[in-house]
Amino acid sequence: MSTVLSTDLIIPAVVAFITGFAVYKKVDVFASFLKGAKEGLGSAVSVFPALCFLMTAIGMLRQSGFIEMLTGFVSPFAEKIGFPPEVLPLAVLRPFSGSGALGYYEELCENLAAGSFPEKVASVLMGGSETTFYTVAVYYGAIGIKNGRNTVPAALTADFAAAILSVFFVNLLQR
Amino acid sequence: MGKFFFWSVLVSVFFGILSGKIAEVSAAALEESFHAAELSFKLLGSLCFWSGILETAKQSGIVEKLCKILKPFLTLVFPGLKKEEKALGAISMNVAANLLGLGNAATPLGISAMKELHKISGFSSAATAEMVCFVVINTASLQLLPTTIATMRLENGAEKPLDILPAVWLVSACSLVLGIMAAKIGFPKGEKE
Repeated sequence: MSTVLSTDLIIPAVVAFITGFAVYKKVDVFASFLKGAKEGLGSAVSVFPALCFLMTAIGMLRQSGFIEMLTGFVSPFAEKIGFPPEVLPLAVLRPFSGSGALGYYEELCENLAAGSFPEKVASVLMGGSETTFYTVAVYYGAIGIKNGRNTVPAALTADFAAAILSVFFVNLLQR
Repeated sequence: MGKFFFWSVLVSVFFGILSGKIAEVSAAALEESFHAAELSFKLLGSLCFWSGILETAKQSGIVEKLCKILKPFLTLVFPGLKKEEKALGAISMNVAANLLGLGNAATPLGISAMKELHKISGFSSAATAEMVCFVVINTASLQLLPTTIATMRLENGAEKPLDILPAVWLVSACSLVLGIMAAKIGFPKGEKE
């Protein structure tokens, strides 16, 4: 199972390689680190207001039952393409909340047999997508972009495609 | 973004009353800002750490080397950045961190890249075509080994937790391409801020 634990090795290896190479190139590692870290500090401060804004909006939406309504709304369509109904809330929640989606996935894992079709679709969906709204808020918040143009529609297109394609490819490759 | 907030609050209140969950909605309105603060604190640590590592990698010339390897691919997606070495360098580091599955590092490196793109745009308050494309790439998953999911599947008793890899790669690749296409085709042309 060494591949599963590979991140445990990757991070220290990357950090060791970068600092080791810098020392070899006679870079003042402490000075360069501090210079970069100081810039990071500024970014974190400018990200916070955007996160505060977005997380409140999404937190309220999640608690209001809106996500369930949205799930119900898309379920007839999902049924037609053979999307497993128990995985559907995960697909709807995924772009909105990373921790929410992971929690739901954990619950699904406990209730579904490992290697079953819905479990595989859920896993592929989790592995092949990201928390869209969080990424948009952090990236634009850090530099104070107010008009994101077509970012959200384009990103949601990718999320929508990922949901449909995860059923398609699990069907194609795993059955 | 202001409209987004307005509509989500309105929808929340509406559905909250309809489903009798208005108390939960109210709690969320009060508590989510704490969660945002928690998350920002976590981000503060990783931002400082990885920005420090990035600066070190820049000064030693690693970024430049990585950039050379990824440049042919990146200029396909970002033709406007051919001569912008700094932005391409930061984007290369972000893409590399994404591929390795270092989500913690990818975000800070992505923010550095956004800062470079912001400079190129002359500190515009509206997103440029490059920014839209770059953010969309980061909202899709580039991770080669979904380790979190694989670990959870293993704990759940999956015999081969990594047997979903081909499907994950195909889903990621196809949705990435579609996302980039949507970013490029849908970008409002000739529009002023």
